[in-house]
Amino acid sequence: MRAFAELLDRLALTSARNTKLTMVRDYLRDTPDPDRGWALAALTGDLTFDAAKPAFIRKAVEARMDAQLFRWSYDYVGDLAEAVSLVWPSRPGANREPQLSEVIDALRSTSRADAQRLIEGWLDALPQARERWALLKLMTGALRVGLTARLAKRAVADLGGVDPAEIEELWHALAPPYADLFAWLEGRSEKPDAAHPARFRPVMLAQAIDEAVDFAKLDPAHYAAEWKWDGIRVQAAHEGGQRRLYTRTGDDISRTFPDILAALGGEGVIDGELLVIRDGEVAPFADLQQRLNRKTVDARLLAAFPAAIRAYDLLQDGAEDTRSLPFAKRRARLETFVAREASPRIDLSPVQPFETWAELATLRADPPAGDPQIAEGLMLKRWDSAYEAGRPKGPWFKWKRDPFLVDAVLMYAQRGHGKRSSYYSDYTFGVWTQDAAGQRMLTPVGKAYFGFTDEELLRIDKFVRDNTLERFGPVRSVRAEPHHGLVFEVAFEGLQRSTRHKSGVAMRFPRINRLRWDKAPGEADELVALERMLAKAEGR
Amino acid sequence: MIRPQDLLCPKPEGLYCPPGDFYIDPVRPVARAVITHGHADHARAGHGAVLATPQTLDIMGERYGLDFAQSMQAAAYGERVARDGVEVTLVPAGHVLGSAQAVVRWKGLTMVVSGDYKRRRDPTCPPFEPVPCDVFISEATFGLPVFRHPPDGDEIARLLRSVVQFPERCHLIGAYALGKAQRIIRLLREAGWDQTIYVHGALERLNGLYERHGIDLGPLAPATTATKADFAGAVIIAPPSALQDRWSRRFPDPVGAFASGWMQIRARARQRGVELPLVISDHADWDELTATVEELRPGELWITHGREEALARWATLHDIPARALALVGYEDEGGDD
Repeated sequence: MRAFAELLDRLALTSARNTKLTMVRDYLRDTPDPDRGWALAALTGDLTFDAAKPAFIRKAVEARMDAQLFRWSYDYVGDLAEAVSLVWPSRPGANREPQLSEVIDALRSTSRADAQRLIEGWLDALPQARERWALLKLMTGALRVGLTARLAKRAVADLGGVDPAEIEELWHALAPPYADLFAWLEGRSEKPDAAHPARFRPVMLAQAIDEAVDFAKLDPAHYAAEWKWDGIRVQAAHEGGQRRLYTRTGDDISRTFPDILAALGGEGVIDGELLVIRDGEVAPFADLQQRLNRKTVDARLLAAFPAAIRAYDLLQDGAEDTRSLPFAKRRARLETFVAREASPRIDLSPVQPFETWAELATLRADPPAGDPQIAEGLMLKRWDSAYEAGRPKGPWFKWKRDPFLVDAVLMYAQRGHGKRSSYYSDYTFGVWTQDAAGQRMLTPVGKAYFGFTDEELLRIDKFVRDNTLERFGPVRSVRAEPHHGLVFEVAFEGLQRSTRHKSGVAMRFPRINRLRWDKAPGEADELVALERMLAKAEGR
Repeated sequence: MIRPQDLLCPKPEGLYCPPGDFYIDPVRPVARAVITHGHADHARAGHGAVLATPQTLDIMGERYGLDFAQSMQAAAYGERVARDGVEVTLVPAGHVLGSAQAVVRWKGLTMVVSGDYKRRRDPTCPPFEPVPCDVFISEATFGLPVFRHPPDGDEIARLLRSVVQFPERCHLIGAYALGKAQRIIRLLREAGWDQTIYVHGALERLNGLYERHGIDLGPLAPATTATKADFAGAVIIAPPSALQDRWSRRFPDPVGAFASGWMQIRARARQRGVELPLVISDHADWDELTATVEELRPGELWITHGREEALARWATLHDIPARALALVGYEDEGGDD
């Protein structure tokens, strides 16, 4: 338990991806089976219990100490699991310290009442607050230590020096505590068999095109163009009677999309975009968000936000693995497959005909009426490309629409993390609006923390320190007046209405495009300009 | 009948002793002061006469210059000093080098002012000495049941594991310049770390002073002389504020650590951007505070500063009359932001 607790603790306070990778990889290397396997399952979110509800934990601790003292403690810490782990009057030696695997075995096999008694015993036995905290995090489900399942799997791949795609393809064929996986990674046995029905296939990704360089070298006749849809990439697998829906990272989201699963008729594996489609028309991304990250869905939600797949590739056709076929052949198979499905929940992403790159550029700048109007740009796929896992250079390109640009004024700056902990590197920026009295004022419209060079960061950091108005912990407000302040040209991919932001709008994927040291803040954009963009997108 | 408040009472300047006409750790300049230890919020410059341990006087001289008061009187631990019929004895508090409790006796009444203290072992100063008393006047910086400092050996071991795990990075530890920094260095030495430890310029004079008082800190070097590559795998110690300062940019991708009792609370660590919190404190934690009160079983417990209400409640629940003095002007450990 101690090593696992220390791992969670350090992950929770680390922001750098590579540092997290090292921590997880080292933990998996140094921890014996089956503990490491259970830890991995916990980190990837493949373990859930509902043995310990917060109310039970609270009652258990109040039976052990003065309720008022606990209340003050909880108020001070702000997090129940952390507060309880700190105040718990441990009695080392009262019970034996449990191993991680023991804890998990017991929780998986006992009733809730028994589990609660066990948890109290473990809390008594664990000598460190950190271990009690880890135990409580484990009990209540979400670890929330800022580690994605994908990164955890990446650490597994690093441990064995194998391609992360291999782990992803294998993942859903394995079960915790993954002894067979570790045996293979450590060269003690053969690779586990991945050929189970409806497994996840690692996806093929596209390179961003470099307009200045790439087009000169590419023959338009070799490429198919499709619209790049603004949903999430999914893989719908139907094999051996099993139906599954995966994200592009291999997370199984079948439970969230029963409507999609039910629509899968013929056996095969489709690669496509998950969208909300009403009457054949794609809805904005915000509608899809209503359906994502839900454990359960009800009929009302299914009706209000009907999900659909816009298919663009076929990886498995009945019993045949089609991934080694050229794209042109796969495309023909896909068209037949989708036609046979004949479902309103599955349609075909159309191929956009074009002759020259110049013609395609015009289409991209001014898309035809209908769904392409809200596409993110175009995808280019070589007609002869096989379906390869990862991001090979050359066969597939994405050519995104030019971002929206707005001039906004820096309002608040926050210190970064890790390498950037001595820099004010996270910026909140605003545009002009009017307050109730008709006075011109700035309202925050977004936050960005990249898009600038190291040299630019140094200059912005100096500006923040020299122009600080107030400090709030790690945050500083900076001077932002019509004739004094810093203007950012902010690039973003789209706008959404937002009730969480005072300005009423939220940007997608905002980043700093250019520093406008030359521009007076008074000349930055107005909120009405953003509202106009939003209205235009909605009124298509 | 003599009441405790006749002997010591809170005033805006600090705790005042009317019959002896002196203050203990006054926060403003006064004519006569007894100073428990050298931290800046307890030991200020500009008093008339100062009574303190020789080590504390030495620290004050180092910080403020030798003319920090009009007259100084050194009292060794255990030495009885009379002040207009009031007897003052300084006994070890275990907080930092030279730190003392002030034991004040007058007409059969004994009151102990703890100053800042801790109960666990510290390789840089003698341990806290419990003195039976009628009134114990305690600090309560960490006076909440959530503050339970782990064994410092565990924390140092965690730090050294991280040093091994990330050999290409350096570990930059924020530590209070007086006491904490030297204790961390000693703990590292005891754990077998014999490499050069790099230190921020603000620590150099106090490190020298500790060395003069017989605390061997091993090989130290200013954190300015080496090149960036030399710092890979190194341990560097600096005042807490330097971590977020531009000063820290000279190091290769530092792991930010902070040695403080506050690091027990994750939100505090996160707020400061600390990647490796080290829960090492020079103050008593909740268990030490309550165990000390239980051990002394004073007629009354007075609480000077910190989270008074929780310790007062605990004492009341244990049948010890408690009173919060709510003295102002004393900072929390590492409370420099």
